Amino acid sequence: MTADARAALQRAGFSRRDFLKGSGTLIVSFSLWGLKDFSATAKAQAPGGFPSGVSPNSPPLNQLDSWIAISSDGTVTAYSGKEEIGQGIVTAQAQLVAEELCVALDRVTMVCCDTALTPDQGYTSGSQSHPANFNKRNLALAGATAREALIGLGSQHLGMPVERLTAVDGMIRAKDDASKAVSYGDLVGGKKFHVAMDGKAKRKPASEWTILGTPVHRLDMPALVTGQAEFVHNLRVTGMLHGRVVRPPCVGATLISVDEQSVEGLPGLVKVVVKKDFVGVVAEKPWQAIQAANKLKATWSSGTGLPNHQQIYDYLRNQKPTRDGLLVDSADVDRKLSEAAGVLKATYNYPYQMHGSVGSSCAVADVQSGKATIWSSTQAVWFLQNTVAMVLGLKSEDVRVIYTRGSGCYGLNGVDTISFDAALLSQAVGKPVRVQFTRREEMAWENFGQALVMDERAGLDAQGNIVAWDYEAWLPTLGGRPGTSSPGNVITGFLIGFQPDAFVPRSPSPPPAAYNNVTNAVPSYVAGCVGDVCRGKGNVKGERVLVHTVVSPFWTAQLRAPQRLQNTFAHESFIDELAAKANVDPIEYRLRHLSDPRLTDVVKAAAKAANWENRPYPRVGTGRIATGRGCSCVAYEGDNGFAAMVLEVEVDRDTGKVTAKRIFIGADCGPISNPDGLRNQLEGGALQGLSRALMEEVTWDNEKITSFDWRGYHVLPLGFDMPSIETVLLNRPGENATGAGELSITVVAGALGNAIFDATGVRIREIPFTPGRVKAAISKLS
Amino acid sequence: MSAITLKVNGSTHALDVDPTTPLLYVLSDDLALRGPKFGCGLGQCGACTVIVKGQAIRSCITPVQSVAGSEVTTLEGLGSIEKPHPLQQAFVDEQAAQCGFCLSGVILTAKAFLDKNSEATDEEIQKAMAGILCRCYTNVRMLRAIKRYARERVK
Repeated sequence: MTADARAALQRAGFSRRDFLKGSGTLIVSFSLWGLKDFSATAKAQAPGGFPSGVSPNSPPLNQLDSWIAISSDGTVTAYSGKEEIGQGIVTAQAQLVAEELCVALDRVTMVCCDTALTPDQGYTSGSQSHPANFNKRNLALAGATAREALIGLGSQHLGMPVERLTAVDGMIRAKDDASKAVSYGDLVGGKKFHVAMDGKAKRKPASEWTILGTPVHRLDMPALVTGQAEFVHNLRVTGMLHGRVVRPPCVGATLISVDEQSVEGLPGLVKVVVKKDFVGVVAEKPWQAIQAANKLKATWSSGTGLPNHQQIYDYLRNQKPTRDGLLVDSADVDRKLSEAAGVLKATYNYPYQMHGSVGSSCAVADVQSGKATIWSSTQAVWFLQNTVAMVLGLKSEDVRVIYTRGSGCYGLNGVDTISFDAALLSQAVGKPVRVQFTRREEMAWENFGQALVMDERAGLDAQGNIVAWDYEAWLPTLGGRPGTSSPGNVITGFLIGFQPDAFVPRSPSPPPAAYNNVTNAVPSYVAGCVGDVCRGKGNVKGERVLVHTVVSPFWTAQLRAPQRLQNTFAHESFIDELAAKANVDPIEYRLRHLSDPRLTDVVKAAAKAANWENRPYPRVGTGRIATGRGCSCVAYEGDNGFAAMVLEVEVDRDTGKVTAKRIFIGADCGPISNPDGLRNQLEGGALQGLSRALMEEVTWDNEKITSFDWRGYHVLPLGFDMPSIETVLLNRPGENATGAGELSITVVAGALGNAIFDATGVRIREIPFTPGRVKAAISKLS
Repeated sequence: MSAITLKVNGSTHALDVDPTTPLLYVLSDDLALRGPKFGCGLGQCGACTVIVKGQAIRSCITPVQSVAGSEVTTLEGLGSIEKPHPLQQAFVDEQAAQCGFCLSGVILTAKAFLDKNSEATDEEIQKAMAGILCRCYTNVRMLRAIKRYARERVK
């Protein structure tokens, strides 16, 4: 690393000094991105001349030099297309590179998600970073390829066969003679490898790991807790102005006119920018931009209206046309249900919810002379490169998107749309512009997590075993991630005239071509057979899963565990309803119908941690405070991680208030890369899941969103009476690395509903479990 | 615009700003501080928290003129990477953050509270954090870090 780069890192808040008490571990610096003077430094270090790859100017995935560069001082720079969004992945990636390359952690610098510098790895989302970079491909394979390439170079340098050599602490040396050694810096320092990624390169076995798999502290933590870390919100570019947008007053309103005289002469105002229905202002200072946006008189048409909030689930169920997806169909479900000793039906409802990032979204754009640089906390730098180009009328190769840390997003929050806002405003004034949303702009116009209406039906035999499971769901969609070519999937693109992705009706669904349970629409307890291949996690042969996608009145998009959480809420509530009907302990009942060992193992692990006893279910308390426990489990996306939860509650039967007291989580995400980071994700997911299950619901009136701040959108705060959380990690060194960030959140709502049922005998089939809803259900029962 | 003198993290700054400007913008834009952040602009979430006269206040709804002459402490004024405040060190020890956006509110609210309530019970500490929002829900670790610091400082 050069002195310049080191200085830049210091300014970005990433120190190389020891910050870990007593650990003796040096902190690696990694966040180079977004620094004004970083480009030149990093570009000089960056590999190659960017021959054509998936993205117009990202380095090719199949070349080692795209991933790993070694300086003459032996320090390693690794380039990754998976970025830090608070999940700790940069630290884990640094561990991975250090491990595979046999260097100390403090020798590794990570550069992540810059369209000009790093390999195009698509989105950082959907629990895909761990599987993408920690299995034998991409970054992990790059590390292994580099180590073997270095051994090969060492062999030439030392005149010894590779079999006699090993990589140790940044050196290639003879296994039997430590005096015969050469450093990485001497072998390739400052030069390229010119080696293709080698699919045969051997990864270090987990049994030999000394850095990966250990609870290394987050490399960015010292900078975060001392206010030194650079977020996109803090980015200041020379000559930068400040923008603000003016959104329509209600959904579907279009711009009639803007009265620029209403802001004439305001201090600092630079420009009012109008493009079709997009309205924004640019000023010299943020407070000036805010005042100008507040004072600007814009006249809008009336909106297109919204369906009645109270009747939203009927509205969704009755929407036409639909796009139907049949995921499994054993073609005998109706017969089996008619022959069953007992049939149970239930409908579950899940509301629209929002990402609700604590920081309202922010982006900085510099659009000048036909070229654009966007600093954004997007999960999609390469996609944004293309859609920003569309919004600006530029070529995508003339757009550079640099990932810059933001507020936790949990999916598509406002950062893609505000990146468009910043780009439009910068283009209009020809200077760098920073834009940040008000709380209302963030919350009223984000792409919400989807509401779902879910019908469950199952038949039981005389012994209470499930013989057929029938699931039908309705889910609304509009817009979403802008992808490569759909800026209209988010509000800003729509306002300037792009349309959201077209809704393509399809009913009836074609028969399933291959088993796919990426949304967890298929319950874990069925066989999951398509043709002769059965890839489900259970043994129930009678199975049918049909999902109807309908047009949403609001923009929608991925919100942490999208659809997976909603479907799992229904399935894991319903399996408990079946267990209660069969009069069998809910965990025993689950295990009876599961066939997958990894899923059953996490269920057993959670049950064991919770000291689960087989007792009559539900217990149903009689005093004011009733206690209960519930279980829930998921094979996330079918095979991308396994989790089970046991959750214990207290329910105040007089007020309906539900308090989670203890949570036990069993989790298996393959080989554990950083156990403390994994626990942090599981704990955060559990409590965020609790907030979503207990409190969260987007609200609206007949024309606009009404939950546009923290008074209107209710969430659990830091000081709530939180449960204890115990996590049991099942390490699987021989399996593939899976996702981890969406595991625990997926199982909370089911476990919570089941625990409320255990405590009170009341089954609540609609989220959120507000005191009013719980109290009303208890009153109805008694 | 008017001339205002602001004391921030031990340094005195003579500024020419609109006196109604919320303190947050002056800290972020005129003084280029990274600690306090715009979360809601409504005083609801705590991300903009700074300490003035021993009180944790929401800088997004505090006009700059109202703190002229007072000492303002931001998250970076509490301690540095090289010399973190013990409360900041407790957050490192407990790995008590995910995205980290909310940390000014979390750490400075706890600091101001514990400075006045050194014998606070766990329950009182939790109540003191009721108005702070961490959407990553790092609650378990954050509360553990605050309680750890609280225990260690009374020793």
